[in-house]
Amino acid sequence: MLPLVTITGLKTYFKTDEGNVPAVDGVDLVIPRGKTVALVGESGSGKSVTAFSAIRLVAEPGKIVAGRISLHDEQGNVESVLTDLDPCGKVIRRIRGKRIAMIFQEPMTSLSPVHTVGAQIVEAIRLHTDMTRRQAREHAVAMMARMGIPNADQRFKSYPHEMSGGLRQRVMIAMALSCRPELLIADEPTTALDVTIQAQILELLADLKRDYRMSMLFITHDLGVVAQIADEVVVMYQGRIVERGAVRDIYARPQHDYTKALLASVPSITSQRRRRLSTVADVTAGLSAADAAVQHTVRTDLPPLLSVRNLRKHFPLRKGFWGNVPATIKAVDDVSFELLQGQCLGLVGESGSGKTTVGHCILRAQQATSGEIRFRIGQDEHDVIAADRGRLRMLRRHMGIIFQDPYSSLDPRMTVQDIVGEPLALAGISNRGERLDRVREMIVRVGLEPEHLVRFPHAFSGGQRQRIGIARALVLKPSFVMADEPVSALDVSVRAQALNLLQDLQAEMGLSYLFVSHDLSVVRHIADCVAVMYFGRLVELADAEELFTNPLHPYTKALLSAVPAPDPGSPMRRIDLGVEPPDPTNPPCACNLFRDCPADRGESIAPAVLREVSAGHFLRCHEQNI
Amino acid sequence: MIFRRRKPAADARETFKVLTYRQLMWRRFKRHKLAMAGAIMLVVLYTLALLADFVAPYGPTQRVPGYISAPPQRIHMWGPDGFHLRPFVYALDLKVDTGGFQRIYSENTSRMLPIRGLVGGHLFGIDPAAPGEPAATLFLCGSDRLGRDMLSRVVHGARVTLSIGLVGMSLSFVLGCVLGSVSGYYGGVVDTIIQRVIEFIVSIPTLPLWMALSAALPAGWPMYQRYFGITLILSLVGWCGLARVVRGQILQLRDQDFVTAARCASASDRWIIFRHLLPSTMSYLIVSITLAIPGMILGETALSFLGLGIQAPAVSWGTLLQDAQNIRTLANQPWVLIPGAFVVLTVISFNFVGDGLRDAVDPHGK
Repeated sequence: MLPLVTITGLKTYFKTDEGNVPAVDGVDLVIPRGKTVALVGESGSGKSVTAFSAIRLVAEPGKIVAGRISLHDEQGNVESVLTDLDPCGKVIRRIRGKRIAMIFQEPMTSLSPVHTVGAQIVEAIRLHTDMTRRQAREHAVAMMARMGIPNADQRFKSYPHEMSGGLRQRVMIAMALSCRPELLIADEPTTALDVTIQAQILELLADLKRDYRMSMLFITHDLGVVAQIADEVVVMYQGRIVERGAVRDIYARPQHDYTKALLASVPSITSQRRRRLSTVADVTAGLSAADAAVQHTVRTDLPPLLSVRNLRKHFPLRKGFWGNVPATIKAVDDVSFELLQGQCLGLVGESGSGKTTVGHCILRAQQATSGEIRFRIGQDEHDVIAADRGRLRMLRRHMGIIFQDPYSSLDPRMTVQDIVGEPLALAGISNRGERLDRVREMIVRVGLEPEHLVRFPHAFSGGQRQRIGIARALVLKPSFVMADEPVSALDVSVRAQALNLLQDLQAEMGLSYLFVSHDLSVVRHIADCVAVMYFGRLVELADAEELFTNPLHPYTKALLSAVPAPDPGSPMRRIDLGVEPPDPTNPPCACNLFRDCPADRGESIAPAVLREVSAGHFLRCHEQNI
Repeated sequence: MIFRRRKPAADARETFKVLTYRQLMWRRFKRHKLAMAGAIMLVVLYTLALLADFVAPYGPTQRVPGYISAPPQRIHMWGPDGFHLRPFVYALDLKVDTGGFQRIYSENTSRMLPIRGLVGGHLFGIDPAAPGEPAATLFLCGSDRLGRDMLSRVVHGARVTLSIGLVGMSLSFVLGCVLGSVSGYYGGVVDTIIQRVIEFIVSIPTLPLWMALSAALPAGWPMYQRYFGITLILSLVGWCGLARVVRGQILQLRDQDFVTAARCASASDRWIIFRHLLPSTMSYLIVSITLAIPGMILGETALSFLGLGIQAPAVSWGTLLQDAQNIRTLANQPWVLIPGAFVVLTVISFNFVGDGLRDAVDPHGK
């Protein structure tokens, strides 16, 4: 195998006040021609810095202090040594973009908002070739069409904000590949996308790699994605490579403890549900915490803790000058479900499906448009939507909320004890000593130390911050917790710890969770019951085991088929939902995914409703489709 | 953000130095050399103003009869008889040119006046002249047309000018915080009204507005009442900029998860604004305050210069500059501009400090 880029002994350090931080500490790496090398690791492992070093784009105060990166020609001879080049010089600029191209995680920020996407692709082409403006334009349209962008000719004149995330990422790829690079560096290119879109993009990239015979350096933390796309896997940990090998070997026979731990800590769509996940610490200590299932009791004998009926939340769109409302977005449209005591209901859907809004309506962080939410405290049932100030205050004492982003959910100017103690103070516990005692107890319960109490959030890692958030949600000992993507922003191994913690707390305190997530494997792992949402509507609701083995709704099937399994042997057989997202003001009845839906044939039939098709399995569809 | 030596994969116990936000800010601020210089300058100026009675060799209205419009006296260490450890000035000889009606001052090298520390309750000064001798003077910055020491007047004037900046700003601060946060937090009609009012106030040319308002102050008001009147007038316009800064920040912050968290714990609006939102905007507020104080100082100077601000017996840098209104005076006695130099120095110092603070609170700063 001829090499394209070889990296030997690369050390990239960041100079800070506390001395040099070795972001990359002695990395040797060969990227062969025509192969995909996946660089896997958690945040801070140095995978992005390695890639940036290769194209000499390490930002200040980072500096390559040692090592050699060379680019080879087609015979495999060293053509230029990238580490010897001036990082702003002509030579590297000619290599960057033309021979080595990059795509990034955020298609929103890597495209300029003030130019049309076409102009940006044309600029990239003309920078590296001597095509005329007309030729470049034609080439750009052809590239966009090749990337699967429908109506490429018209899309050429669109601005980035007029496109969905998936389309923007396709534009980015078109731009990167317009000069036929030999190496494409893809830095978490699908992390910000929904699963169904991610599956499309991964397929496209695999396709393009074959057609263009290019190499790819694929940076990701998602082991499922790696299994689907990589030929070789390189695992990085704290700036060093801990393991490398062919993708099958790594998944079948991981050698290094860290790799083993990474693989063990991922809940997959096929693994045993509700077990404790092993964490990196467990594996390195030789413990096998896995398989110890966490017992919790769902109180089927009691009436439901929470029942939501026909919940609707509509947002008027574009208020006109005279206050007329030309369209409404139905963020939540006729959602009903029940949550038993001690149960965990997973609410699944892609971004914009309204799953978070449902949770916010239950806590009255947003006011529902119509519907009924009943919450049970002891023997009494309370109407949440109609509750006045005082009653709401009382109700909220029994509800907690955990947020996705561990950074924005903690006030940076408050200490941990003030953050966790805030709900207590607001609940009227004015005795400082008592508050402190309860905060301390909760902080220890979520696995932090009492001496952390006086620190500010910035002194904690993402996982620790999430623990603080969990402590705040539970400090009033609620019976219901709305967990809004609580582990999505966390690294794989930290995610396992957080999931274990949530399960332990649920069992100990008898909590009921509304677990909102876009990650199907996480939901499958923790939830007793799963509800799938699609454009504000609940399309399917069933027991977790049942839903994942026997999905009935076409959208559920599409969603499940798009989840990349962390197993290189199982190729994806995804169901395509189409490249362009539907209009949210007039969402499709997902039934049109049924191949023989009568509504799709133009027959006028009764609208789809949620109905029970078998015991405990609810499906939203037309009567004719059952 | 702070950097860690090594980011551990597991969130086990970590050992690294934890810096508070303030320490980080201070550390970044110290790196800004000009800002540090500005800060030191401001400390010196405000100390001078605070200790004016002690620092200045003369009182603000103390006259030395006859010695009017005297030029600055140089400090010497070398006399006709060699080196002196104690610095001294030469006494001034005054001749009146009766033809041109001009006073001509010259140094009398035979009469040295040593500058002593702690004389007559002042930091430094000279011994008073013996009876029968011509007056002994120490005019390091010259004297004005009534024979008053310019330096002493500048130091005393600093009290009014420098404090008006602070007092006016604290008024603006309260107004700006309250109205800005209400505007940003509630949005809607309230926001529209407050923003339109701000736009209206800002659209009026400031100098004529100030002039009209201060002309409306009753002439019979005593000194301190007039002082607060002027402060009020200046902050009437000053709060607008602050309110906009606060509103912008709060608009950005009010949808953050920590605010939702507080709301879900049944926090009242007042709790959210005062516990969460305003403290988070504080660092940006301090920057804009630092950059807005010079505006207040310049405003006071301008008003007093035009005779509409602080009135004559009281001294401020603006009233002192009134002497510089006349081109003939300027040509013959350029030292009347010294208060102006102090204004420039103060304004520049504030701007440097503001600049440094802005870099220091910027989380993306190096």
